[in-house]
Amino acid sequence: MRWLRPLATLAVLVALWQALVWATGVPRFLLPGPGPVAARLWQDAGLLAGHAATTLLEIVLGLGLGVGLGASAALVLARSGAARRWLLPLLVVSQAIPVFALAPLLVLWLGYGLASKVAMATLIIFFPVTAAFYDGLRRTEPGWLDLAATMGASRRAVLLHVRLPAALPALASGIRVAAAVAPIGAVVGEWVGSSAGLGYLMLHANGRMQTDLMFAALAVLALMAVLLFTLADRLARRLLPWQPDTLDPDTTQQGGNK
Amino acid sequence: MPSGPAPGADLPFDVAVTGARLSYGGRALFDGLSLTLEAGRWTCLLGPSGVGKTTLLRLVAGLAAPEPPTRVAASDGRPIAGRVAWMAQQDLLLPWLCVLDNVMLGARLRGGPRDAGCRARALELLARVGLADRAADRPAALSGGMRQRAALARTLMEDRPLVLMDEPFSALDAITRLRLQEEAARHLAGRTVLLVTHDPLEALRLGDRVLVMAGSPATLSEVPAPPGAPPRAPDDPALLAAQAALLRRLAGDAA
Repeated sequence: MRWLRPLATLAVLVALWQALVWATGVPRFLLPGPGPVAARLWQDAGLLAGHAATTLLEIVLGLGLGVGLGASAALVLARSGAARRWLLPLLVVSQAIPVFALAPLLVLWLGYGLASKVAMATLIIFFPVTAAFYDGLRRTEPGWLDLAATMGASRRAVLLHVRLPAALPALASGIRVAAAVAPIGAVVGEWVGSSAGLGYLMLHANGRMQTDLMFAALAVLALMAVLLFTLADRLARRLLPWQPDTLDPDTTQQGGNK
Repeated sequence: MPSGPAPGADLPFDVAVTGARLSYGGRALFDGLSLTLEAGRWTCLLGPSGVGKTTLLRLVAGLAAPEPPTRVAASDGRPIAGRVAWMAQQDLLLPWLCVLDNVMLGARLRGGPRDAGCRARALELLARVGLADRAADRPAALSGGMRQRAALARTLMEDRPLVLMDEPFSALDAITRLRLQEEAARHLAGRTVLLVTHDPLEALRLGDRVLVMAGSPATLSEVPAPPGAPPRAPDDPALLAAQAALLRRLAGDAA
């Protein structure tokens, strides 16, 4: 039942796509129908899988680095007033620079290989994670802080045992966003300069008018993004069982008053 | 002094608040207020919302910065910090910890040992408040009354000579409230307690001394506590008569 709804949505979208192709009679090199794309997916499965593995590796490494650095930055900001005064404006200003404009520079500095794409994904993930987690660390229930103060807790203990766990749901929101945008970073990096990856494959397929291969690569990329997001979401729910989801009746029932 | 003095090493001490002053946007909520919490006795501070009784309690707890010339001092001359336990209207249980870990929160925050002895004591306290079988549950699975009982166990776990309670039972239903008042009175007997409340019956049931805080700027006036040792029975005629008198007086103050 859980999977039926998204599958039905997908089926409707594919049907609309097919209808559009039939109705307009566009040539295949402009808009291939679902049939040829599916055939491509099947025929070039090996090729697609190879490039997808490269992109996935970039995304996963970027996610790990971006989340790690972003969470650390948020903790530093929460811990130190000096860090807030010096780093926070810098962080905000840094967001005025479009990450995409940095992609050629990153390729220039870090080369055509994995490093420049991982850096790209890391950069694009870093800010949403930092912003979400830092926000969570700031919005601790004041009563908990008062209680900790009367119990004689050090600032470090308060951060570790009260602020940090209380901010984990906010960090989870940041990671969900990160999982959704990480593929963008990796693919943009591949477009600017690379020798492997789904972005690279799409660019070349586009140049050779292999539009069906482009669509096939796009489908694989979309599938990867959806899977990553779902995985991040599931993981967050599993690890934060105390966090009630008021829109999901499954989790709120046990949380209510008896 | 995060770990506080060794239990038992502490003789009971009075706490004196003198010259207490609190102004808010140029208006004095109270000024020159004095209050003494007598060692080993319950002082109940009764007053309407917004009169400043919570702030007064927070001054004693060290949670609010005292405005000069406010002075808060213990009669033995030692600092109050580290010798006080605080219980608020909200249970303030951490939702990610189980009830047992919430009761042991103080040890966790002070980096102290949470060994078998600590666990045993926490479990014993949970049993005393009737939550022995809920130790492993998360707070979300508990009712409001159970959560406040867990908060009471956490307060007892701190084992402090001075206990400050800020309307700890006001969010509970009437029956649960009466029951928890009795439990609190029993478990906290012999300690110096400041209980802030807006419920006259609660103040008269539990207080060795009952102080009414009213007016603007607020002043304190003592009303005689009913005879008998707290917790007084809620149907005690003397208590009910005192409540009626107090209610008349409070209504007169408000008019």
